[in-house]
Amino acid sequence: MNNKPKIGVYVCHCGINIAKTVDVEAVSEFASRLPNVKVARNYSYMCSDPGQLLIREDIKNEGLNRVVVASCSPRMHEMTFRKTLAETGLNPYYLEMANIREHCSWVHEDREEATEKAKKLVFSAVAKARLLEPLYENEVEVEPATLVIGGGIAGIQAALDIADAGFKVYLVEKTPSVGGRMSQLDKTFPTLDCSACILTPKMVDVASHPNIELLAYSEVEEISGYVGNFEVKVRKKARYVDVNKCTGCGVCSEECRLAGRIPSEFNAGMGNRAAIYLPFPQAVPAKYTIDPERCLMLTRGKCGKGPKCEAACAAGAIDFNQKDEIVECKVGAIIVATGFDVFDAAKKPEYGYNDYDNVITALELERLVSASGPTGGNIVLGKGEDAFVPQEVAFISCVGSRDKSVGNEYCSRVCCMYTAKLAHLVKEKLPEANVRVYYMDVRAFGKGFEEFYDRVRREGVRYIRGNPSEIFKRGDKLVIKAEDTLRSTPIEDEVDLVVLAVGLEPRRDARQIIDLLRLSQSADRFYLEAHPKLAPVNTATDGVFLAGCSQGPKDIPDTVAQAKGAASSALVLLSSGKVKIGAQISFVNEATCRGCGYCVEICPYGAIELVTVNRMGNMVQVARVNEALCKGCGACSAGCLSGSIQQKSFMDRQILPQIAVLGGVK
Amino acid sequence: MNTETQSFIQKYDLLGCVQCGRCTGGCPEAMRTGLNPRRVVYDALEGNVPDELAKLPEIWDCTTCNTCAARCPKGLKPVDVLIGLRNILVESGVLQPTVRDALESAFREGNPWDKPRATRGDWMKGLDVSIAEPGEKVENLIFVCCTICYDPKVQVIAKNLVKILNKAGVDYGFIGDDETCCASEVYNLGEVGEEGLFEMMVEDNTELLNSYEATRIVAISPHCYSALKNQYPNLKADVIHYTHLVKELLEEGKLELTGELPKKIVFHDPCYLGKQNNVYDEPRYILSRIPGAEIVEFERSKERSLCCEGGGGKMWTESDSKEERLAETRVKDARALGAEILAVACPFCVLTLDDALKAKGFEEEMRVAEILEILGDLIKE
Repeated sequence: MNNKPKIGVYVCHCGINIAKTVDVEAVSEFASRLPNVKVARNYSYMCSDPGQLLIREDIKNEGLNRVVVASCSPRMHEMTFRKTLAETGLNPYYLEMANIREHCSWVHEDREEATEKAKKLVFSAVAKARLLEPLYENEVEVEPATLVIGGGIAGIQAALDIADAGFKVYLVEKTPSVGGRMSQLDKTFPTLDCSACILTPKMVDVASHPNIELLAYSEVEEISGYVGNFEVKVRKKARYVDVNKCTGCGVCSEECRLAGRIPSEFNAGMGNRAAIYLPFPQAVPAKYTIDPERCLMLTRGKCGKGPKCEAACAAGAIDFNQKDEIVECKVGAIIVATGFDVFDAAKKPEYGYNDYDNVITALELERLVSASGPTGGNIVLGKGEDAFVPQEVAFISCVGSRDKSVGNEYCSRVCCMYTAKLAHLVKEKLPEANVRVYYMDVRAFGKGFEEFYDRVRREGVRYIRGNPSEIFKRGDKLVIKAEDTLRSTPIEDEVDLVVLAVGLEPRRDARQIIDLLRLSQSADRFYLEAHPKLAPVNTATDGVFLAGCSQGPKDIPDTVAQAKGAASSALVLLSSGKVKIGAQISFVNEATCRGCGYCVEICPYGAIELVTVNRMGNMVQVARVNEALCKGCGACSAGCLSGSIQQKSFMDRQILPQIAVLGGVK
Repeated sequence: MNTETQSFIQKYDLLGCVQCGRCTGGCPEAMRTGLNPRRVVYDALEGNVPDELAKLPEIWDCTTCNTCAARCPKGLKPVDVLIGLRNILVESGVLQPTVRDALESAFREGNPWDKPRATRGDWMKGLDVSIAEPGEKVENLIFVCCTICYDPKVQVIAKNLVKILNKAGVDYGFIGDDETCCASEVYNLGEVGEEGLFEMMVEDNTELLNSYEATRIVAISPHCYSALKNQYPNLKADVIHYTHLVKELLEEGKLELTGELPKKIVFHDPCYLGKQNNVYDEPRYILSRIPGAEIVEFERSKERSLCCEGGGGKMWTESDSKEERLAETRVKDARALGAEILAVACPFCVLTLDDALKAKGFEEEMRVAEILEILGDLIKE
């Protein structure tokens, strides 16, 4: 092929987005006089079918072998025009784009200056287009299995969908049981479904599905590899109970010397458990676990005259010598569904959460109203002789949400509705109680939400517009200091129980998964999706998807929908069986590489390693790029001290002339 | 909306307000006066001219305790909005005579108490005090406070500090007659802005304080501490409160408390130390070291402490409110706890709480005392 550059330049009007500020006629006229440019045109929408047809016709009729499109950001339409080239048989990497919209017309007002800048950008693109080389994409096989991290409703749903489609799933859950936050809830808004009733069948399905390997009480320890071919190491923590023998009868727990003396995580500290425990009655797997940080045998090596659990277990399942196990698996896709933690109310000391027993969080009330909770669903505060039923109940919304003073500017999206639900449940259980909700805005945006909010108000729950500032105690009563903003009246409201509608925060150990998978965080510290609108379940790492609250606060319907989205994205990968690897990746000139390893340190994707090669009889170290891992960011190339590592399409000899044009230097 | 209102809205970021009411809900004055910071913001947003808002008498009820700003979820500072309104009156010259006199005195004599500058150091007479000279290297440069210098009721605070510093062998120096008001109350009275007295005094004081080779400046009053720490951007030395220093001396064993004080003590958090600068532990640590003392806590303490109404220029303004003074509420609460000493770490708190104690007739049962006042009897000369 005669590779003397014959370039076509296409200047897009983008309706008036570009044409209003840039004289597109002048730009194409300027381009037509640039060296190697065979044809230059301008058109209203280059991305439209007729626009693309212009390019295809010119390639055919004018014999073009390079194309420059001056339009929007390459993020928008680079793929569109690469396909246009490919359809004519031209290598799609003979395309160069000049961004005269985001980088020019949208950010400038002066038409004359904007036009001059657009010309420069086009000139620079032409300068590079001359030097482009054809590139070819590779494909790799995809391991037909998925790792799902997190066994809450998001992880459960994603696992079930993928498994039902016929692919293997490894579902890793950190705690002894799947179920997550949803299992802690009593009812769900706005339908008042019993949370456990709709969740437990799914939990059971997960455990019994032939395609799902459930790794409960386990943590992912190491992930290497790349899209389609991840290698995973999971630490299966010792339960000190042989799950094959344990029948889940629970006698061990009753016998445990610490029974009723350890705060139960599942009950949000409102109830207690033993050192050997099942987190909740419907736990899956229904196997007991010994808490290694509390068990007397495991912490002190001694438990009275001998561990009572061991003596009580008829199945002989207790095994104090059990060790952690490492499970290795290979997967093509990974779904992160690690959920959330609730805001730590102690960070707002003005509400006295640490000082007063009767200031509780919504999650704590959730356990109190739940039939499976420590009080059997009765709203009783205090213990023994001090036990009493609250008469005056107040909810405070937006605790730890929409609040710069604690660093959480976002709305947690579920608190308004769970508050309405809990207020309804309190009213239902204590019809004589006076229930009020202090709010600054009520956000009832979901299906059936506004109707539910209406219902709860009509049941007699009072909504007072004003976010309380302070809580202190006067006698037996808690005093809420607030302003009724609708009446412009400061008030001191005396109540028996204050429920803080705490917001949702990223998991306190969110860092762990970030380090494993190189995920990014958005400003709110939740995991960052690849695009907020068009790729909401993808991450910047190919083959890694997000589901549920790890990406941002969500209610159950949204979580399930996103989990299904993540599952479907993973299935696209798995069912195609192959994945394309980008062509604009780095490569090493092994003849000049000095093996200093600087690029290995720089690479954010761990795509470069040092290997030993035989260079004319000498064994030397050189860098080598794993093409499947390289994302083409170019950091290595910019950092390389000897210019030995280069990125295809962005080689020094391609981009230096491009930069020279911009700087006005020939 | 006129431009004056617009620039007022812009200056205090009022468009960021969500009208949640936390400012007014937390305001200690809202229940006893007409003060409603949220409403002031709302009215400004509704287009009310700042000049008109400035005529609301309740803007002088603000104690600048800072609760409104601390609680605001959107990072606004309603307290500064109120000071901004006071500033309008200052600029127009329509002021209560007491306020005008205080500002004039601060300008003329470097203190708001209408006392001659030349007698600022009189409290030191007869004491073995080390005075620092400009250019001199000094580890701890002591900043006394106008009120402590001139008011015989609280001079003991500074006198006892001298005693402690000498006893513990601290490298220190006082400024003497050259010390000038920190301007905290000048700011609170609204004499701020371009060419405002506050800015002028900050500039002069910065020059004076930087003329010493001081490692750190130790402020005795929390009001001076807060101002020097937060409103003086160009100071070379670190700024600490004396409770930081005394805690240090106790911890390092340089200071010993001897004798016994078998009393029940409750500590009242000064807003300018606690709510504004998060200094909660130091004063409590010092009190915990007093032999024989039993320390109790107010129901409303630390972040939830109740203001005594000593700040915000309240020393020079009168409120129309007929409601109980907050200082009276405070001494009643202290008595209910069975406290024999109501300990504070601020000269203003001493004055307001002591007045309240006398008004309530509790002198027989308890007393108000600054921490340094208490320590004085526990240090062997």
